[in-house]
Amino acid sequence: MPHFHATVRVGLRPSVLDPAGEAVCAAAQRLGHGAIQSIRIGKAIEIQLDAPDAATARQQLESLSAQLLANPVMETWSLELHNREA
Amino acid sequence: MHVGVAVFPGANCDRDVGWALAGCLGWRVTFLWHRDATLPRKLDALILPGGFSYGDYLRCGAIASSAPLLGAVADFAATGGPVLGICNGFQVLTEAGLLPGGLIRNRGLHFVCRDQGLQVESCCSPWLRHFAPGDALTLPIAHGEGCYHIDPPGLRQLEDHDQVALRYLDNPNGSVGHIAGVSNKAGNVLGLMPHPERACDQATGGTDGQALFRGLARWMGFS
Repeated sequence: MPHFHATVRVGLRPSVLDPAGEAVCAAAQRLGHGAIQSIRIGKAIEIQLDAPDAATARQQLESLSAQLLANPVMETWSLELHNREA
Repeated sequence: MHVGVAVFPGANCDRDVGWALAGCLGWRVTFLWHRDATLPRKLDALILPGGFSYGDYLRCGAIASSAPLLGAVADFAATGGPVLGICNGFQVLTEAGLLPGGLIRNRGLHFVCRDQGLQVESCCSPWLRHFAPGDALTLPIAHGEGCYHIDPPGLRQLEDHDQVALRYLDNPNGSVGHIAGVSNKAGNVLGLMPHPERACDQATGGTDGQALFRGLARWMGFS
């Protein structure tokens, strides 16, 4: 079965305060990076999976993202299906 | 009263809850393993304790919310059984969709551990029948991710359905609406960031938590 590699990026919704991101932004400005306007911290989840085709892999990953990897109450997610190896 | 207390790997308040209910109130306590998909018969109430279930990996309470035990908890709640989630247990209940909203990192980034003044907002939950709206109580809090979040329409819905159970008197974590605890629409499922089990004995600093548990017992017909 073909092998896939995917990255799911999860971040806080824009309306949700990210105090950790604000703290990092303040540190960046303290270090002289005055051009930095805003920092938001999320996570990237790397996933390896086997699936018969890319469409099936995408479907499974979308279901996983909505069900477990992100909480729609305060987070959004996006999926990148990177490459397919024989 | 016969109460089931969930045991998740990484939770660290299950024994405290057991001690408070059995030792201070004389209730019968049965610990429920997270992998069990069924509950013992004739439980009067269920408690999801505080701690760091499954290391709080991914998000607080996220992995516990898909544990086999949570299916049984959802069934128990659906039939009107009283369910209380304390701290991490509250996070688990929101992740499982049994309570609205979610809990995120405290606004000040600090882990806050202190006695917290609270005000009872609604007594529609059987867990709060001892109290009247406006009553003040003090319970310990201890959390790094207790900032309650819900979008404005969700907040309006909570207020309209009398689901805001407790508010902080001096908001310690940035929670929207100073919310410290919410219930489901029916009221039988309650989630609290404060720890009532840590306020059941004068020796540990107060008994306001006991009032919460005793109120439920009285409401259920136990003396």
